Amino acid sequence: MRRVIVVLLVAASLALGACAHKRPKPAPPEAPDASAGAQGSGANTANAAAGADEEGAGPQAGLLATKVVYFDFDSSEIKGTGTDVVAAHAKYLTAHSSTRVRLEGHTDERGSREYNIGLGERRAQSVRRALLLQGAADAQISTVSYGEERPAVPGHDEAAWAKNRRVEIVYLTQPLAPKQ
Amino acid sequence: MSGPRAIAGALAVVVVALCATRSAHAALQIEITSGVRDPVPIAIVPFARAVPADGGLDVAEVVQHDLEGSGRFRALPRERMPATPTRADEIAAPLWKGAGSDYVVVGRVSAMESGQVAVDFDLVNTLTGARLATQRFVGAPGALRNAAHRVSDAIYQKILGVRGAFATRIAYVAVDGSPPAQHFQLIVADADGANQHLVLESRFPLMSPSWSPDGQWLAYVSFETKHSGVYVQLVRSGERQVSARAGVNGAPEWSPDGRKLALTLGGSSGNPDIYILDLASQDLTRITDDPAIDTEPVWAPDGHSLYFTSDRAGSAQIYQIGAQPGARPKRITFGGSYNARPRVSPDGSQLAMVTLDNGAYRVAVQDLASGTVRVLSHGRLDESPSFAPNGATLIYAERDGERGALATVSIDGLTGLRLKAPQGEVREPAWGPFSP
Repeated sequence: MRRVIVVLLVAASLALGACAHKRPKPAPPEAPDASAGAQGSGANTANAAAGADEEGAGPQAGLLATKVVYFDFDSSEIKGTGTDVVAAHAKYLTAHSSTRVRLEGHTDERGSREYNIGLGERRAQSVRRALLLQGAADAQISTVSYGEERPAVPGHDEAAWAKNRRVEIVYLTQPLAPKQ
Repeated sequence: MSGPRAIAGALAVVVVALCATRSAHAALQIEITSGVRDPVPIAIVPFARAVPADGGLDVAEVVQHDLEGSGRFRALPRERMPATPTRADEIAAPLWKGAGSDYVVVGRVSAMESGQVAVDFDLVNTLTGARLATQRFVGAPGALRNAAHRVSDAIYQKILGVRGAFATRIAYVAVDGSPPAQHFQLIVADADGANQHLVLESRFPLMSPSWSPDGQWLAYVSFETKHSGVYVQLVRSGERQVSARAGVNGAPEWSPDGRKLALTLGGSSGNPDIYILDLASQDLTRITDDPAIDTEPVWAPDGHSLYFTSDRAGSAQIYQIGAQPGARPKRITFGGSYNARPRVSPDGSQLAMVTLDNGAYRVAVQDLASGTVRVLSHGRLDESPSFAPNGATLIYAERDGERGALATVSIDGLTGLRLKAPQGEVREPAWGPFSP
């Protein structure tokens, strides 16, 4: 048996507009804290702390203009042109020892979300290890995994999924502090 | 089944609910996608109303909507009701039996001297004429909707022998826009999708909401610092604490005693393992130590063990491990190449999970004693199952065309509902506990 009871449609959104509801005020940006912190009352607005991790365009010459490495399904193996792209960035980072990058690991939408966070991290670590092996320094590299949460393209087919299984190499504007 | 009048009534209810609270997001729309073969015929007569509480909320309409949405009841349309009694002694049982109803519900909404509102109801069996239940719920005028859900809970329990879960809440994530211009909201709503309350909004992903056992707190993952952090937040006030360490911080799940979180930490080496965080002391206990992805921990109801996802055997499967250091994991799932994101039924007997079924990701339930697996959903990308606190229903996320929606399915697989946002998508539902 298939019954369909539509409880509300357009009227609800119209009614929403008619309501004098308050949108919560954004909380002041707060520096990320490694331990614990409290924040104001009511609904919160989470704003990224600006400053230390500002993103830049990074180098543009040749292969360096490519800042994305793609992967096969459920794999973290760097292959094909990805190998050359990673080698070019390793060479650049080795030559520019105060430059910093953040490696952002991503997956396609298939499978559970937290498992995909693990898989995205595995991909970011795979690129990180390749950069380190080819001369970049550990302090130049940070990683984050967004799993399937930030797809590069919408869509729910293999073409879209292939573009979403990736690591993005994000150049940061703040240079590495010189060693003491 | 539901005439224009019923729809208009439901609309009025939802409009009232939206205006009465700080609404975050346009309300979810509900479709019943399947129903049982022999629903219980019941008549829910409009309640007598002595106070204009909550903008004149139609309590009987809310109760009818709850019971029909469960798929276990069929309500008599108002225009076919033979009379409009409001007290048990006014019910002429044969008249209602003749109209095809096995049960009649009547009730009254009245103001108390304290300023509170009382909702009284009676449940009568039309075959025997016996009064099965008479109960009163008292609350603030703004809580009339909750009182209506409590009436539904009581009727469900009296007739079916299982506590209803209508007066409960769900948390979920709503997402608008496409990257990089995405907008994430963490929302709490009544179990029927009404009465929405914005908990948090962000330009960066919000994930994995989990309720504390007392229903006061939510734990979740936020990327607001461009790095993952596990946050615990008091729903009522917004007060919150963050626990963020190097690498992955994910998959928080509250322990049954409310004192600890099981969670996933990756560390700077980037290898996700399961840990237990003591919330008072912030002490961390490592539970797994394996080069595989170990994640998505969830507590057994007795608090002695955890179930989690791991690809240590090559593909994602579910394991169980004691909730203390040095415990050895035991593999739980064996069917198929992908089983992940476990959740345990309140009685500890069933494991809900996402399984790869003929190329589609679907919600399945495994009986932990026998190992029998039943696939309950029929989509292509179904995920994030969460048990109702009475164990009768699962809520999960599905992809309906281009958009993510929420869906429910009864544990026998027979009854389903879909909750869809008018725009954008909704995902990662977490069903809260019974309220006290």
